[in-house]
Amino acid sequence: MRPFAYERATSPETALDAIKDDRATAFLAGGTTLIDLMKLDVMRPARVIDINALGATEIELDENRLRLGASVHMADAETHEELRRRIPMLTQSLALAASTQIRHMATLGGNVLQRTRCPYFRDVSWSACNKRAPGSGCAALDGFNRQHAVLGASDACIATYAGDFAQALIALDAAVDMVGSRGRRQIPFSKLHVPPGQTPDVETTLAPDELILGFEMPVEPWLRRSLYLKIRDRESYEFALASAAVALDLDGGAIRQARIALGGVATVPWRAREAEQALIGRAPDEATCQLAADIAFSGARPYQHNGFKAALGRQTIVRALLQAAKMEA
Amino acid sequence: MTRSRPPETSEKTGAFNRRHFLAGTATSAVLPLALSVTRDAAADAAPPAPVASRSLELQINGRTHRLTLDNRTTLLDALREHIGLMGAKKGCDHGQCGACTVHLDGRSVLSCLTLAAVAEGHEITTIEGLAQADGTLHPVQQAFVDHDAFQCGYCTPGQIMSAAACIQSGRAGQDAEIREYMSGNLCRCAAYPNIVAAIRAAKTQLGS
Repeated sequence: MRPFAYERATSPETALDAIKDDRATAFLAGGTTLIDLMKLDVMRPARVIDINALGATEIELDENRLRLGASVHMADAETHEELRRRIPMLTQSLALAASTQIRHMATLGGNVLQRTRCPYFRDVSWSACNKRAPGSGCAALDGFNRQHAVLGASDACIATYAGDFAQALIALDAAVDMVGSRGRRQIPFSKLHVPPGQTPDVETTLAPDELILGFEMPVEPWLRRSLYLKIRDRESYEFALASAAVALDLDGGAIRQARIALGGVATVPWRAREAEQALIGRAPDEATCQLAADIAFSGARPYQHNGFKAALGRQTIVRALLQAAKMEA
Repeated sequence: MTRSRPPETSEKTGAFNRRHFLAGTATSAVLPLALSVTRDAAADAAPPAPVASRSLELQINGRTHRLTLDNRTTLLDALREHIGLMGAKKGCDHGQCGACTVHLDGRSVLSCLTLAAVAEGHEITTIEGLAQADGTLHPVQQAFVDHDAFQCGYCTPGQIMSAAACIQSGRAGQDAEIREYMSGNLCRCAAYPNIVAAIRAAKTQLGS
Protein backbone atom coordinates (compact mmCIF):
# COMPACT_ATOMS: atom_id res chain seq x y z
CA MET A 1 0.00 0.00 0.00
CA ARG A 2 1.22 3.52 -0.79
CA PRO A 3 1.75 5.98 2.06
CA PHE A 4 -1.08 8.37 2.84
CA ALA A 5 -1.94 11.08 5.34
CA TYR A 6 -4.72 10.20 7.76
CA GLU A 7 -7.15 12.70 9.25
CA ARG A 8 -10.40 12.45 11.14
CA ALA A 9 -13.53 14.46 10.51
CA THR A 10 -16.06 14.87 13.30
CA SER A 11 -18.79 16.60 11.25
CA PRO A 12 -19.77 16.95 7.58
CA GLU A 13 -18.34 20.48 7.69
CA THR A 14 -14.89 19.36 8.85
CA ALA A 15 -14.93 16.53 6.30
CA LEU A 16 -15.68 18.93 3.45
CA ASP A 17 -13.17 21.41 4.76
CA ALA A 18 -10.54 18.70 4.72
CA ILE A 19 -11.28 17.33 1.27
CA LYS A 20 -11.69 20.65 -0.59
CA ASP A 21 -11.58 19.79 -4.28
CA ASP A 22 -8.75 17.36 -3.94
CA ARG A 23 -9.14 14.30 -6.13
CA ALA A 24 -6.24 12.61 -4.37
CA THR A 25 -8.23 12.53 -1.13
CA ALA A 26 -10.66 9.77 -0.21
CA PHE A 27 -13.30 9.51 2.49
CA LEU A 28 -12.96 6.40 4.64
CA ALA A 29 -15.99 4.87 6.37
CA GLY A 30 -16.20 1.08 6.79
CA GLY A 31 -13.15 0.64 4.58
CA THR A 32 -14.32 -2.66 3.11
CA THR A 33 -13.86 -1.36 -0.43
CA LEU A 34 -11.25 1.36 0.01
CA ILE A 35 -8.67 -0.51 2.11
CA ASP A 36 -9.05 -3.59 -0.08
CA LEU A 37 -8.46 -1.58 -3.27
CA MET A 38 -5.61 0.39 -1.70
CA LYS A 39 -3.87 -2.89 -0.89
CA LEU A 40 -4.35 -3.90 -4.53
CA ASP A 41 -2.95 -0.52 -5.65
CA VAL A 42 -6.17 0.14 -7.60
CA MET A 43 -7.05 3.15 -5.43
CA ARG A 44 -4.17 5.43 -4.49
CA PRO A 45 -5.32 8.30 -2.29
CA ALA A 46 -2.61 10.55 -0.89
CA ARG A 47 -4.95 11.57 1.94
CA VAL A 48 -7.61 9.58 3.72
CA ILE A 49 -10.28 11.31 5.79
CA ASP A 50 -11.89 9.05 8.36
CA ILE A 51 -15.59 9.97 8.50
CA ASN A 52 -16.64 7.32 11.02
CA ALA A 53 -17.25 9.92 13.74
CA LEU A 54 -19.26 12.38 11.69
CA GLY A 55 -22.74 11.29 12.72
CA ALA A 56 -25.45 10.47 10.13
CA THR A 57 -26.42 7.30 12.00
CA GLU A 58 -30.17 7.92 12.09
CA ILE A 59 -32.89 5.45 11.09
CA GLU A 60 -36.13 7.47 11.00
CA LEU A 61 -39.23 5.56 9.99
CA ASP A 62 -42.66 7.14 10.27
CA GLU A 63 -46.05 6.55 8.68
CA ASN A 64 -45.02 7.37 5.14
CA ARG A 65 -41.33 8.21 5.04
CA LEU A 66 -37.98 6.57 5.76
CA ARG A 67 -34.64 8.27 6.25
CA LEU A 68 -31.44 6.27 6.57
CA GLY A 69 -28.26 8.06 7.60
CA ALA A 70 -25.25 7.38 5.38
CA SER A 71 -23.17 6.17 8.34
CA VAL A 72 -25.69 3.53 9.45
CA HIS A 73 -24.00 0.16 9.31
CA MET A 74 -25.59 -2.35 6.96
CA ALA A 75 -26.20 -4.73 9.88
CA ASP A 76 -28.14 -2.09 11.83
CA ALA A 77 -30.58 -1.34 9.02
CA GLU A 78 -30.92 -5.03 8.19
CA THR A 79 -31.96 -6.03 11.73
CA HIS A 80 -34.46 -3.16 12.22
CA GLU A 81 -37.65 -5.08 13.03
CA GLU A 82 -40.20 -2.57 11.77
CA LEU A 83 -38.24 -2.02 8.59
CA ARG A 84 -38.19 -5.77 8.01
CA ARG A 85 -41.98 -5.90 8.23
CA ARG A 86 -42.75 -2.80 6.22
CA ILE A 87 -40.14 -2.98 3.42
CA PRO A 88 -38.83 -6.55 3.27
CA MET A 89 -37.07 -5.81 -0.04
CA LEU A 90 -34.83 -3.28 1.66
CA THR A 91 -33.68 -5.37 4.63
CA GLN A 92 -33.32 -8.50 2.49
CA SER A 93 -31.05 -6.68 0.04
CA LEU A 94 -28.78 -5.89 2.98
CA ALA A 95 -28.98 -9.29 4.68
CA LEU A 96 -28.10 -11.12 1.47
CA ALA A 97 -25.05 -8.93 0.82
CA ALA A 98 -21.51 -9.73 1.92
CA SER A 99 -20.54 -11.51 5.15
CA THR A 100 -21.61 -10.71 8.71
CA GLN A 101 -18.29 -9.02 9.45
CA ILE A 102 -18.48 -6.84 6.36
CA ARG A 103 -22.09 -5.86 7.20
CA HIS A 104 -20.92 -4.89 10.68
CA MET A 105 -18.27 -2.61 9.16
CA ALA A 106 -19.73 -1.24 5.93
CA THR A 107 -21.97 1.82 5.94
CA LEU A 108 -24.97 2.46 3.69
CA GLY A 109 -23.31 5.45 2.03
CA GLY A 110 -20.19 3.48 1.30
CA ASN A 111 -22.17 0.45 0.18
CA VAL A 112 -23.88 2.23 -2.70
CA LEU A 113 -20.46 3.56 -3.83
CA GLN A 114 -18.70 0.18 -3.76
CA ARG A 115 -16.57 -0.47 -6.83
CA THR A 116 -17.07 -3.21 -9.37
CA ARG A 117 -15.70 -6.71 -8.85
CA CYS A 118 -14.49 -6.93 -12.46
CA PRO A 119 -11.23 -8.90 -12.12
CA TYR A 120 -9.54 -6.78 -14.77
CA PHE A 121 -10.31 -3.65 -12.75
CA ARG A 122 -9.08 -5.21 -9.50
CA ASP A 123 -5.82 -6.58 -10.89
CA VAL A 124 -3.39 -3.84 -11.92
CA SER A 125 -1.23 -6.31 -13.85
CA TRP A 126 -3.89 -6.01 -16.59
CA SER A 127 -2.98 -2.81 -18.37
CA ALA A 128 -6.30 -2.43 -20.19
CA CYS A 129 -9.05 -1.08 -17.97
CA ASN A 130 -10.83 2.12 -18.94
CA LYS A 131 -12.30 2.42 -15.47
CA ARG A 132 -8.91 2.29 -13.75
CA ALA A 133 -6.78 3.86 -16.48
CA PRO A 134 -8.97 5.90 -18.88
CA GLY A 135 -8.21 5.24 -22.53
CA SER A 136 -6.35 1.99 -21.90
CA GLY A 137 -9.07 -0.31 -23.28
CA CYS A 138 -11.19 -3.07 -21.76
CA ALA A 139 -9.63 -6.46 -21.10
CA ALA A 140 -13.02 -7.92 -20.18
CA LEU A 141 -14.49 -7.49 -23.67
CA ASP A 142 -12.34 -10.34 -25.00
CA GLY A 143 -11.55 -11.82 -21.62
CA PHE A 144 -13.37 -14.07 -19.21
CA ASN A 145 -16.61 -12.12 -18.91
CA ARG A 146 -18.98 -14.59 -17.27
CA GLN A 147 -19.81 -12.21 -14.41
CA HIS A 148 -20.10 -9.11 -16.59
CA ALA A 149 -23.09 -6.98 -17.53
CA VAL A 150 -25.60 -7.62 -20.33
CA LEU A 151 -27.48 -4.36 -19.71
CA GLY A 152 -26.09 -0.81 -19.83
CA ALA A 153 -22.65 -1.76 -21.11
CA SER A 154 -20.59 0.05 -23.73
CA ASP A 155 -17.63 -0.91 -25.88
CA ALA A 156 -15.46 0.83 -23.27
CA CYS A 157 -16.64 -1.11 -20.20
CA ILE A 158 -18.85 -4.07 -19.34
CA ALA A 159 -18.19 -4.20 -15.59
CA THR A 160 -21.17 -5.13 -13.42
CA TYR A 161 -22.40 -2.95 -10.58
CA ALA A 162 -21.81 -5.30 -7.66
CA GLY A 163 -24.14 -4.05 -4.90
CA ASP A 164 -27.54 -5.26 -3.72
CA PHE A 165 -28.90 -2.46 -1.51
CA ALA A 166 -28.83 -0.01 -4.44
CA GLN A 167 -31.39 -2.13 -6.28
CA ALA A 168 -33.81 -1.69 -3.38
CA LEU A 169 -33.13 2.07 -3.25
CA ILE A 170 -33.76 2.56 -6.96
CA ALA A 171 -36.92 0.44 -6.81
CA LEU A 172 -38.22 2.42 -3.83
CA ASP A 173 -37.81 5.80 -5.59
CA ALA A 174 -35.30 6.85 -2.95
CA ALA A 175 -33.52 10.21 -2.98
CA VAL A 176 -29.88 10.79 -2.07
CA ASP A 177 -29.16 13.61 0.35
CA MET A 178 -25.71 15.10 -0.30
CA VAL A 179 -23.63 18.00 0.91
CA GLY A 180 -20.66 19.65 -0.77
CA SER A 181 -18.78 22.91 -0.94
CA ARG A 182 -21.59 24.32 -3.07
CA GLY A 183 -24.19 23.39 -0.48
CA ARG A 184 -26.70 20.67 0.15
CA ARG A 185 -28.79 18.98 -2.53
CA GLN A 186 -31.05 15.99 -3.10
CA ILE A 187 -31.22 13.95 -6.27
CA PRO A 188 -33.20 10.83 -7.18
CA PHE A 189 -31.14 7.73 -6.41
CA SER A 190 -31.62 6.74 -10.07
CA LYS A 191 -29.47 9.77 -10.99
CA LEU A 192 -26.56 8.86 -8.71
CA HIS A 193 -24.90 6.18 -10.85
CA VAL A 194 -24.09 6.78 -14.50
CA PRO A 195 -23.66 4.09 -17.18
CA PRO A 196 -20.07 3.72 -18.43
CA GLY A 197 -20.48 5.17 -21.93
CA GLN A 198 -17.04 6.33 -23.08
CA THR A 199 -16.00 7.41 -19.55
CA PRO A 200 -16.26 4.34 -17.30
CA ASP A 201 -13.99 6.05 -14.76
CA VAL A 202 -16.89 8.38 -13.98
CA GLU A 203 -19.24 6.19 -11.95
CA THR A 204 -21.51 8.68 -10.19
CA THR A 205 -22.74 12.26 -10.33
CA LEU A 206 -21.26 12.86 -6.88
CA ALA A 207 -18.62 15.61 -7.01
CA PRO A 208 -15.19 14.77 -5.54
CA ASP A 209 -15.91 17.14 -2.67
CA GLU A 210 -19.42 15.88 -2.02
CA LEU A 211 -20.50 13.59 0.76
CA ILE A 212 -23.63 11.44 1.00
CA LEU A 213 -25.52 12.26 4.20
CA GLY A 214 -28.40 9.85 3.81
CA PHE A 215 -31.23 8.34 1.81
CA GLU A 216 -34.90 9.28 1.92
CA MET A 217 -37.83 7.45 0.46
CA PRO A 218 -41.62 7.32 0.56
CA VAL A 219 -43.05 4.33 2.45
CA GLU A 220 -46.39 2.95 1.40
CA PRO A 221 -48.37 0.06 2.94
CA TRP A 222 -48.17 -2.06 -0.23
CA LEU A 223 -44.39 -2.23 0.03
CA ARG A 224 -44.95 -5.02 2.57
CA ARG A 225 -45.44 -7.11 -0.56
CA SER A 226 -41.86 -6.77 -1.71
CA LEU A 227 -38.75 -8.91 -1.73
CA TYR A 228 -35.18 -9.17 -2.93
CA LEU A 229 -34.28 -12.37 -4.76
CA LYS A 230 -30.59 -12.99 -5.31
CA ILE A 231 -29.24 -15.78 -7.51
CA ARG A 232 -25.56 -16.66 -7.18
CA ASP A 233 -23.03 -19.44 -7.59
CA ARG A 234 -23.30 -20.41 -3.92
CA GLU A 235 -25.99 -19.93 -1.31
CA SER A 236 -24.27 -17.29 0.79
CA TYR A 237 -21.53 -14.63 0.77
CA GLU A 238 -21.33 -14.19 -2.99
CA PHE A 239 -22.10 -11.50 -5.53
CA ALA A 240 -25.25 -11.82 -7.63
CA LEU A 241 -25.27 -13.42 -11.06
CA ALA A 242 -28.78 -12.01 -11.27
CA SER A 243 -31.02 -10.41 -8.69
CA ALA A 244 -34.40 -8.71 -8.58
CA ALA A 245 -35.92 -6.25 -6.14
CA VAL A 246 -39.67 -6.36 -6.71
CA ALA A 247 -42.81 -4.91 -5.12
CA LEU A 248 -46.44 -5.41 -6.11
CA ASP A 249 -49.45 -3.25 -5.35
CA LEU A 250 -52.45 -5.53 -5.90
CA ASP A 251 -56.03 -4.37 -6.36
CA GLY A 252 -58.06 -7.52 -5.98
CA GLY A 253 -56.65 -9.76 -8.67
CA ALA A 254 -54.96 -7.03 -10.73
CA ILE A 255 -51.65 -5.24 -10.43
CA ARG A 256 -52.14 -1.56 -9.64
CA GLN A 257 -48.45 -0.73 -9.71
CA ALA A 258 -45.18 -2.61 -9.62
CA ARG A 259 -41.49 -2.03 -9.02
CA ILE A 260 -38.70 -4.05 -10.58
CA ALA A 261 -34.98 -3.38 -10.19
CA LEU A 262 -32.20 -5.67 -11.33
CA GLY A 263 -28.75 -6.49 -10.00
CA GLY A 264 -25.84 -8.62 -11.18
CA VAL A 265 -26.74 -8.08 -14.84
CA ALA A 266 -26.18 -4.36 -15.40
CA THR A 267 -23.41 -1.77 -15.20
CA VAL A 268 -25.46 0.40 -12.80
CA PRO A 269 -28.38 -0.18 -10.41
CA TRP A 270 -31.07 -0.97 -12.99
CA ARG A 271 -34.74 -0.04 -12.85
CA ALA A 272 -36.93 -1.92 -15.37
CA ARG A 273 -39.63 0.73 -15.80
CA GLU A 274 -41.08 -0.54 -19.09
CA ALA A 275 -41.48 -3.98 -17.58
CA GLU A 276 -43.29 -2.43 -14.60
CA GLN A 277 -45.69 -0.62 -16.97
CA ALA A 278 -46.51 -3.85 -18.76
CA LEU A 279 -47.76 -5.39 -15.51
CA ILE A 280 -50.33 -2.70 -14.71
CA GLY A 281 -53.95 -3.87 -14.85
CA ARG A 282 -53.02 -7.52 -15.30
CA ALA A 283 -53.19 -10.50 -12.97
CA PRO A 284 -49.80 -11.57 -11.59
CA ASP A 285 -49.79 -14.94 -13.34
CA GLU A 286 -46.85 -16.67 -14.95
CA ALA A 287 -47.58 -15.43 -18.47
CA THR A 288 -47.77 -11.80 -17.32
CA CYS A 289 -44.59 -12.07 -15.29
CA GLN A 290 -42.84 -13.70 -18.24
CA LEU A 291 -43.94 -10.81 -20.45
CA ALA A 292 -42.48 -8.29 -18.02
CA ALA A 293 -39.26 -10.29 -17.81
CA ASP A 294 -38.95 -10.40 -21.62
CA ILE A 295 -39.39 -6.64 -21.79
CA ALA A 296 -36.81 -6.07 -19.05
CA PHE A 297 -34.17 -7.99 -21.01
CA SER A 298 -35.21 -6.99 -24.54
CA GLY A 299 -32.13 -4.77 -24.79
CA ALA A 300 -29.72 -7.32 -23.33
CA ARG A 301 -26.44 -7.68 -25.16
CA PRO A 302 -24.50 -10.83 -24.27
CA TYR A 303 -20.74 -11.29 -24.52
CA GLN A 304 -18.79 -14.52 -24.94
CA HIS A 305 -19.31 -16.04 -21.48
CA ASN A 306 -22.32 -14.26 -19.99
CA GLY A 307 -25.07 -15.13 -22.45
CA PHE A 308 -26.79 -17.15 -19.72
CA LYS A 309 -27.47 -13.99 -17.74
CA ALA A 310 -30.40 -12.81 -19.88
CA ALA A 311 -32.20 -16.13 -19.40
CA LEU A 312 -31.26 -16.32 -15.72
CA GLY A 313 -32.29 -12.69 -15.19
CA ARG A 314 -35.69 -13.30 -16.81
CA GLN A 315 -36.30 -16.34 -14.62
CA THR A 316 -35.25 -14.35 -11.57
CA ILE A 317 -37.87 -11.69 -12.34
CA VAL A 318 -40.62 -14.27 -12.91
CA ARG A 319 -39.84 -16.12 -9.69
CA ALA A 320 -39.58 -12.91 -7.66
CA LEU A 321 -42.89 -11.55 -8.97
CA LEU A 322 -44.77 -14.82 -8.46
CA GLN A 323 -43.34 -15.07 -4.94
CA ALA A 324 -44.30 -11.46 -4.15
CA ALA A 325 -47.85 -12.03 -5.43
CA LYS A 326 -48.28 -14.77 -2.82
CA MET A 327 -47.12 -12.58 0.08
CA GLU A 328 -49.48 -11.19 2.71
CA ALA A 329 -49.63 -7.42 2.35
CA MET B 1 7.06 5.36 20.62
CA THR B 2 6.26 1.74 20.15
CA ARG B 3 5.99 -0.14 23.36
CA SER B 4 6.17 -3.69 22.24
CA ARG B 5 4.78 -5.75 25.02
CA PRO B 6 6.47 -9.13 25.37
CA PRO B 7 3.99 -11.92 24.87
CA GLU B 8 2.28 -13.30 27.95
CA THR B 9 4.68 -15.61 29.72
CA SER B 10 2.61 -16.47 32.75
CA GLU B 11 1.62 -19.94 31.54
CA LYS B 12 5.03 -21.59 31.27
CA THR B 13 7.76 -19.24 32.36
CA GLY B 14 11.14 -20.16 30.97
CA ALA B 15 9.96 -23.10 28.89
CA PHE B 16 10.67 -22.86 25.17
CA ASN B 17 7.49 -22.49 23.25
CA ARG B 18 6.95 -22.12 19.50
CA ARG B 19 4.39 -19.40 19.89
CA HIS B 20 6.65 -17.30 22.09
CA PHE B 21 9.60 -17.86 19.80
CA LEU B 22 7.64 -16.64 16.77
CA ALA B 23 6.20 -13.73 18.70
CA GLY B 24 9.66 -12.65 19.80
CA THR B 25 11.02 -12.88 16.27
CA ALA B 26 8.23 -10.76 14.85
CA THR B 27 8.53 -8.12 17.56
CA SER B 28 12.26 -7.68 17.18
CA ALA B 29 12.02 -7.62 13.40
CA VAL B 30 9.60 -4.73 13.52
CA LEU B 31 11.22 -2.68 16.24
CA PRO B 32 13.92 -0.96 14.10
CA LEU B 33 11.27 0.32 11.69
CA ALA B 34 9.18 1.78 14.48
CA LEU B 35 12.25 3.47 15.97
CA SER B 36 13.31 4.97 12.65
CA VAL B 37 9.84 6.43 12.15
CA THR B 38 10.06 8.17 15.49
CA ARG B 39 13.56 9.49 14.79
CA ASP B 40 12.59 10.85 11.35
CA ALA B 41 9.60 12.63 12.78
CA ALA B 42 11.72 14.21 15.53
CA ALA B 43 14.45 15.32 13.08
CA ASP B 44 11.88 17.05 10.92
CA ALA B 45 11.47 20.39 12.71
CA ALA B 46 9.18 22.01 10.14
CA PRO B 47 5.63 20.67 10.14
CA PRO B 48 5.76 17.77 7.67
CA ALA B 49 3.16 18.04 4.91
CA PRO B 50 1.74 14.52 4.78
CA VAL B 51 2.15 12.87 8.17
CA ALA B 52 2.68 9.23 7.42
CA SER B 53 2.54 7.89 10.96
CA ARG B 54 0.47 8.43 14.04
CA SER B 55 0.68 7.95 17.79
CA LEU B 56 -2.36 6.17 19.08
CA GLU B 57 -3.82 4.13 21.90
CA LEU B 58 -5.54 0.84 21.34
CA GLN B 59 -7.76 -0.83 23.95
CA ILE B 60 -7.20 -4.51 23.50
CA ASN B 61 -8.56 -7.19 25.81
CA GLY B 62 -8.91 -4.62 28.59
CA ARG B 63 -5.36 -3.27 28.28
CA THR B 64 -4.18 -0.01 26.79
CA HIS B 65 -1.40 -0.17 24.22
CA ARG B 66 0.41 3.01 23.18
CA LEU B 67 1.95 2.78 19.72
CA THR B 68 3.36 4.88 16.94
CA LEU B 69 2.31 3.28 13.70
CA ASP B 70 2.60 3.95 10.00
CA ASN B 71 -0.86 5.11 8.84
CA ARG B 72 -1.02 2.08 6.58
CA THR B 73 -0.92 -0.35 9.50
CA THR B 74 -4.05 -2.42 9.73
CA LEU B 75 -5.44 -3.52 13.07
CA LEU B 76 -4.37 -7.06 12.15
CA ASP B 77 -0.76 -6.04 11.60
CA ALA B 78 -0.81 -3.92 14.76
CA LEU B 79 -1.98 -6.95 16.74
CA ARG B 80 0.38 -9.47 15.22
CA GLU B 81 3.53 -7.49 14.47
CA HIS B 82 3.54 -4.67 16.99
CA ILE B 83 1.71 -5.99 20.04
CA GLY B 84 2.57 -9.65 19.81
CA LEU B 85 -0.95 -11.03 19.79
CA MET B 86 -0.72 -13.73 17.13
CA GLY B 87 -4.18 -15.21 17.61
CA ALA B 88 -5.88 -13.32 14.79
CA LYS B 89 -4.58 -14.84 11.57
CA LYS B 90 -3.67 -13.36 8.22
CA GLY B 91 -5.38 -15.47 5.58
CA CYS B 92 -6.33 -13.57 2.44
CA ASP B 93 -5.64 -10.06 3.84
CA HIS B 94 -8.57 -8.81 1.70
CA GLY B 95 -11.62 -9.41 3.87
CA GLN B 96 -12.67 -12.60 2.16
CA CYS B 97 -11.69 -15.44 4.50
CA GLY B 98 -12.50 -14.28 8.06
CA ALA B 99 -9.31 -15.64 9.67
CA CYS B 100 -8.55 -12.16 11.07
CA THR B 101 -11.95 -11.71 12.77
CA VAL B 102 -11.88 -9.81 16.08
CA HIS B 103 -14.54 -7.94 18.04
CA LEU B 104 -14.82 -4.16 17.88
CA ASP B 105 -17.20 -2.98 20.61
CA GLY B 106 -18.57 -6.51 20.76
CA ARG B 107 -19.20 -6.93 17.03
CA SER B 108 -17.29 -9.21 14.71
CA VAL B 109 -15.18 -7.27 12.22
CA LEU B 110 -12.29 -7.95 9.86
CA SER B 111 -9.05 -6.64 11.34
CA CYS B 112 -7.29 -6.88 7.95
CA LEU B 113 -9.59 -4.21 6.46
CA THR B 114 -9.62 -2.03 9.57
CA LEU B 115 -6.88 0.56 9.90
CA ALA B 116 -5.37 0.59 13.38
CA ALA B 117 -6.07 4.34 13.47
CA VAL B 118 -9.76 3.68 12.88
CA ALA B 119 -9.85 1.19 15.76
CA GLU B 120 -8.64 3.79 18.24
CA GLY B 121 -11.29 4.60 20.83
CA HIS B 122 -13.01 1.25 20.47
CA GLU B 123 -12.91 -1.83 22.69
CA ILE B 124 -11.07 -4.55 20.80
CA THR B 125 -11.32 -8.19 21.82
CA THR B 126 -9.14 -10.84 20.25
CA ILE B 127 -9.11 -14.59 20.74
CA GLU B 128 -6.53 -14.06 23.49
CA GLY B 129 -9.09 -12.04 25.46
CA LEU B 130 -11.86 -14.63 25.36
CA ALA B 131 -10.73 -17.07 28.05
CA GLN B 132 -10.85 -16.14 31.74
CA ALA B 133 -7.74 -14.88 33.51
CA ASP B 134 -7.24 -18.28 35.19
CA GLY B 135 -7.13 -19.96 31.78
CA THR B 136 -10.65 -21.37 31.85
CA LEU B 137 -11.75 -21.48 28.24
CA HIS B 138 -14.73 -19.49 26.99
CA PRO B 139 -17.68 -21.86 26.40
CA VAL B 140 -17.29 -21.43 22.63
CA GLN B 141 -13.58 -22.34 22.81
CA GLN B 142 -14.38 -25.40 24.94
CA ALA B 143 -17.15 -26.43 22.57
CA PHE B 144 -14.75 -26.25 19.60
CA VAL B 145 -12.42 -28.61 21.46
CA ASP B 146 -15.22 -30.95 22.51
CA HIS B 147 -16.72 -31.14 19.02
CA ASP B 148 -13.49 -31.43 17.09
CA ALA B 149 -14.46 -28.25 15.23
CA PHE B 150 -11.09 -27.81 13.51
CA GLN B 151 -8.30 -29.69 11.85
CA CYS B 152 -5.34 -27.49 10.96
CA GLY B 153 -6.65 -24.73 13.24
CA TYR B 154 -5.60 -21.75 11.14
CA CYS B 155 -9.11 -20.38 10.70
CA THR B 156 -10.14 -21.32 14.25
CA PRO B 157 -9.51 -18.03 16.11
CA GLY B 158 -11.62 -16.22 13.51
CA GLN B 159 -14.27 -18.93 13.61
CA ILE B 160 -14.49 -18.72 17.39
CA MET B 161 -14.73 -14.92 17.41
CA SER B 162 -17.55 -15.07 14.85
CA ALA B 163 -19.23 -17.91 16.74
CA ALA B 164 -19.14 -15.97 20.01
CA ALA B 165 -20.67 -12.93 18.26
CA CYS B 166 -23.27 -15.16 16.62
CA ILE B 167 -24.46 -16.52 19.97
CA GLN B 168 -24.21 -13.19 21.74
CA SER B 169 -26.34 -11.42 19.13
CA GLY B 170 -29.03 -14.10 19.32
CA ARG B 171 -28.44 -15.34 15.77
CA ALA B 172 -27.69 -18.97 16.62
CA GLY B 173 -31.32 -20.12 16.51
CA GLN B 174 -31.25 -22.73 13.78
CA ASP B 175 -28.46 -24.41 11.88
CA ALA B 176 -29.31 -22.46 8.72
CA GLU B 177 -29.08 -19.20 10.66
CA ILE B 178 -25.73 -20.22 12.14
CA ARG B 179 -24.37 -21.18 8.73
CA GLU B 180 -25.49 -17.88 7.21
CA TYR B 181 -23.97 -15.86 10.06
CA MET B 182 -20.72 -17.82 9.80
CA SER B 183 -20.46 -17.69 6.01
CA GLY B 184 -17.68 -15.09 6.16
CA ASN B 185 -15.35 -17.57 7.89
CA LEU B 186 -13.87 -20.05 5.46
CA CYS B 187 -12.42 -23.38 6.60
CA ARG B 188 -10.38 -25.17 3.97
CA CYS B 189 -10.36 -28.34 6.12
CA ALA B 190 -14.17 -28.17 5.84
CA ALA B 191 -14.86 -28.67 9.55
CA TYR B 192 -18.19 -26.92 9.00
CA PRO B 193 -20.54 -29.62 10.40
CA ASN B 194 -18.53 -29.77 13.63
CA ILE B 195 -18.31 -25.97 13.84
CA VAL B 196 -22.11 -25.76 13.65
CA ALA B 197 -22.41 -28.51 16.29
CA ALA B 198 -19.98 -26.66 18.56
CA ILE B 199 -21.93 -23.40 18.24
CA ARG B 200 -25.20 -25.21 19.00
CA ALA B 201 -23.65 -26.74 22.12
CA ALA B 202 -22.06 -23.49 23.30
CA LYS B 203 -25.33 -21.68 22.77
CA THR B 204 -27.13 -24.18 25.00
CA GLN B 205 -24.46 -23.79 27.65
CA LEU B 206 -24.58 -20.02 27.51
CA GLY B 207 -28.36 -20.21 27.75
CA SER B 208 -28.98 -17.67 25.02
